Amino acid sequence: MACFLVPAAEAVITTVASKVIKSKESSPETVHISLDDSTVTEAVKTPFSQKLKWLSNLLWGGSSLLAFEHVWHGEVVPWFPFISVADNPADIAMMFNEMLTVGVTMAVLVTAVWGGILAISNVIEKRAVKSADILQLK
Amino acid sequence: MALLTTVFAAITCTIIWYCTAPKSQMKIGILCFMYWGASIMWFVDAVFEYARIHEKYFNPAPADMLNDFYLGLSVVALGLVIWLVILLVKDPKGAVKSALFKKKD
Repeated sequence: MACFLVPAAEAVITTVASKVIKSKESSPETVHISLDDSTVTEAVKTPFSQKLKWLSNLLWGGSSLLAFEHVWHGEVVPWFPFISVADNPADIAMMFNEMLTVGVTMAVLVTAVWGGILAISNVIEKRAVKSADILQLK
Repeated sequence: MALLTTVFAAITCTIIWYCTAPKSQMKIGILCFMYWGASIMWFVDAVFEYARIHEKYFNPAPADMLNDFYLGLSVVALGLVIWLVILLVKDPKGAVKSALFKKKD
């Protein structure tokens, strides 16, 4: 009914957090990397604010497309109070229950997937720096 | 069907992103994040639906399936429209700017 509101709320928080972190971040760290295991190039590391933006993109994108699905099914309407079941207390209780179960699980899973992307990108970054170190020692 | 359609759109966009990265300025990454985000959320929705109606989830009525596929295609189209608006507003190649301004001889 309104499960997309939970990831949308998280999207607002991560967008604000990303902007605050970006304003406080120092200039990105410069490192030597090897992209093809044969040449070494100088590059700057992707700052955390940029990585946090990946999460807000996932959340904004997903919740906006899901909002469209709710409009499609008539659960979200373009007039106040925007939720079609808003005048029935029993349906409102069901809506909050859905937000607490489906919505929270959506937000948690998207965040977990982003955590996985961060872990993999960390490994890739370390591998690129390590192979550059090996090439420089040769 | 909406989940499947969005997953295929996400996979296609990711392949296009990988083939054109890192030189591409088309901001395909935005499309990838959008479709993957929606796919994950619909996956959660599907799991909850499966927990509610069990094996019936895999045997939808043809009319429901068609409507769901139509929804999936509409979602993909909406995603493309959002991406296009972001691309034109950010204008990484300067194409819109050069269309708006004429160089003085």
